[in-house]
This record gives sequence, C-alpha cells and structure tokens, in this order.
Amino acid sequence: MDLVNIFIRSAFVDNMIFAFFFGMCSYLAVSKTVKTAFGLGMAVIFVLVVTIPINYLIENYVLKEGALSWLGSEFSDVNLSYLTFIMFIAVIASTVQLVEMIVEKISPALYGALGIFLPLIAVNCAILGGALFMQEKQFATIGQATVYGLGSGVGWFIAVVLIAAIRERIRYANIPGPLRGVGMAFLITGLMGLAFLGFMGFEI
Amino acid sequence: MSEQTVAIEEKKKVVKEREPLFSKKNKKLITDPLDENNPITIQVLGICSALAVTVQMKAAVVMSVAVLFVLILANVSVSLIRNLIPNRIRIIVQLVVVAALVIIVDQVLKAYLFDVSKELSVFVGLIITNCIIMGRLEAFALGNKPWPSALDAIGNSLGYGMVLVIVSFFKELFGSGKLFGFEIFGNATEQTGLYAMGYMDNGLMLLPPSSLIIVAVYIWIQKLRNPSLIETH
Repeated sequence: MDLVNIFIRSAFVDNMIFAFFFGMCSYLAVSKTVKTAFGLGMAVIFVLVVTIPINYLIENYVLKEGALSWLGSEFSDVNLSYLTFIMFIAVIASTVQLVEMIVEKISPALYGALGIFLPLIAVNCAILGGALFMQEKQFATIGQATVYGLGSGVGWFIAVVLIAAIRERIRYANIPGPLRGVGMAFLITGLMGLAFLGFMGFEI
Repeated sequence: MSEQTVAIEEKKKVVKEREPLFSKKNKKLITDPLDENNPITIQVLGICSALAVTVQMKAAVVMSVAVLFVLILANVSVSLIRNLIPNRIRIIVQLVVVAALVIIVDQVLKAYLFDVSKELSVFVGLIITNCIIMGRLEAFALGNKPWPSALDAIGNSLGYGMVLVIVSFFKELFGSGKLFGFEIFGNATEQTGLYAMGYMDNGLMLLPPSSLIIVAVYIWIQKLRNPSLIETH
C-alpha cells in the first residue's frame, strides 16, 4: 500500500513537470511530435529507475552523516554530504554512458528507439532533480526509492506525451503570430498544470 | 621566412591588437541576450529554475546572482581549457567544472543566507543541469576566447535574471501583496491598507501554473514588439 501511495504521489500529485518544472528544456524541445516525445519519455523512465537506487545506496552508505560507519568506528562521524552534487551528477553521467553501451549491445532495436535521446538525458533536470528529492525525502528502503523513481519517470512520460499530442493537434490552428511555437506551449502547459492541481491531496 | 609573410604576420598582429576590449561585437554579446536572443524566452533554456523559484523576489534575485557567478566562472574556465578537452568526454568535463562551482555556491548560501537556501532547496543543485549553463558552454565557450566568453556569460545571466525578476515581481505582488517581503498593499491578517477595502490576494499566483502563464504573456509582448522573432511552425 505504501509503495502504491508513493507511486501515485510522485506520478500525479508531485508531477515532475507540472509541480516542479523539472526537465522543461527537453520537454519543450521534443514535444513537437508524439513519436519523439514517446522515445524520450521512455528513456527518462528507464534512466530514473536505474539511477535513483544507485544514488540511494551512495547517499546512505557514503555521503550521509555517519554513513561510513560500516568501514569502522573511527569513520562514524564523517559527513560527506557537501559532495552530494558532484557524486550524483557523476553517477548519472556515467550510468547514462554505461546504459547506452549496454543497450547497444543487448538490444539494437531498443537502441535505435532510445539511442539519440540517451546522451541528452545526462543534463535533464528531471534526473538530478529526482535524485535530490530522493535525498530530501529520506526513504526508508531502497524499494521505496525505486518506486519513487519509477513514479516520477511515469509522470514525466505522461506529461510529455500529452503535450506532444496537443501540439500535434493544434499545428494547423490559427494561433496569433507572436504566440506561435514556444508561447503557446507555455500556455498549454500552464492550463494542463491547473488541471493536474486537481490531484492535490489525493491519497489511497 | 620571406619578407612578404613577415609583412602579413605583422599586419595580422596590428589588426589583432586593434580590437578594443568593448568593441561593437563584444557589446552585442551583452545586449543581445537581454532582448532578441533572451535565454529563456527565445533560446528556451534554463526554464525549470526560472519558473520554480519565482514565488518571492528575494529568492529570484539570489538565484540570478548564483547563476551569474557559476556561468561566468564556468564559461571562462571551459574556454581556457577548450583545446585540451577531448571531444568525446566534453560533457562530463563540463559537468564536473559546473558541479564544483555549484558546490561553492551552495556552501556559501548555507553559511550566509540560510533561509533563502532552505527555500531554494534542490534548485541550487539543479543549477548544474540548468540548460543555460550547458547550452552556453557548448555553444560559446568551447569555441571562443576567455574574454568574449565572460561577456557572453554576463549577458546571458543578466537576460535570465531579468525574466526571473519580472515574473517574481508579478507573482509576489499579486500572490501575497508584498515585494522583497515588504507589504505593499497593507497587511492581510490585520485588514489594513487595500485589504480594508475588500481586496484579496490571488492565491493562483502562488501556484506553479501561473509562472508559465506569465512567461507566455511575456513572450507574447516581446514578439509583438519585435515581429522578426515570430516562429513559422
């Protein structure tokens, strides 16, 4: 039940795009067609599910105050939390590189679909943002952290596919010139965000 | 070396030395991002933080200063080592440079501006993946000398800060009736000033979607004034 709750919360209530604007740059850049939006959305889910548990382990066994006590009692008061950013971004960048290589070897079809998006993802705020929120929320188990990553990714995926579908539909609409393109995308996202506010306080 | 090449070499030198520190081209590097090449509204970079930290003007200003600091130092240092970076691992090199600078910012904020640092929470860390930083490093610093890179950094972070301040001005003024924490419309709980006449704060302004709509209106006005920026699908 707890896991279901975390999933629903991270996917809908605290949606990455509509509540925190994480990964807006790539969100606006790839949402011109549903096909590319689908590809990047899948890649984000995939990378979040892989990197959040790794960062959870690093946070709890290396960075947190007293996390190094498994090395011996003399390390029990070491606090490395100021290294958080550089560790997380290193994990994310290298994981993305590694995932790219593994996917290329194991499943060329998947690589064909995700390939061009994977390098983009290292600098997507949604991934680092997810890791930093995971650190802030202090999850009790690695399972909860993984479900949080999955939920956040699914939320991002839903948002990007929805807006791509809307932008495809309005391509031939008669929009006032100055709003064409980015301006309209901002307005649509704002209205979708209002709709997503309806999930506020939603719990199972 | 023949006389001719020496002459050409000398001519090159003279031409090189003649470019002043603030030539027309260099000035353009600063003024362009403020309007027709604004990082947020035209280049569409660095939107996450721009939208999320604009509930209060104080946080928006601190965030702009932090981005200014990180972007200038990152642009200059990447520009200095641009010929040493192997092309294949350049993104990781850039990320490490930026991450180190952001750690400095984070520690300084925690030490001297703890309340703002609490409010910005994860968004200080997200400067690392702020697309403005990566975008300018990739597009400018990797191919230009340190001085123009510094100017480019100043211009772009000012353009970024300008949008942040404008958005947060409207959000804070209409959302909570304050500017920089000072009560402009009077006190809402004690019913003074405008509130005595039945004015009420617009709660929607404090919620995330309103920043998107304000930025959209900003883009609309900007492109209305300068039709050459209008996109044709």
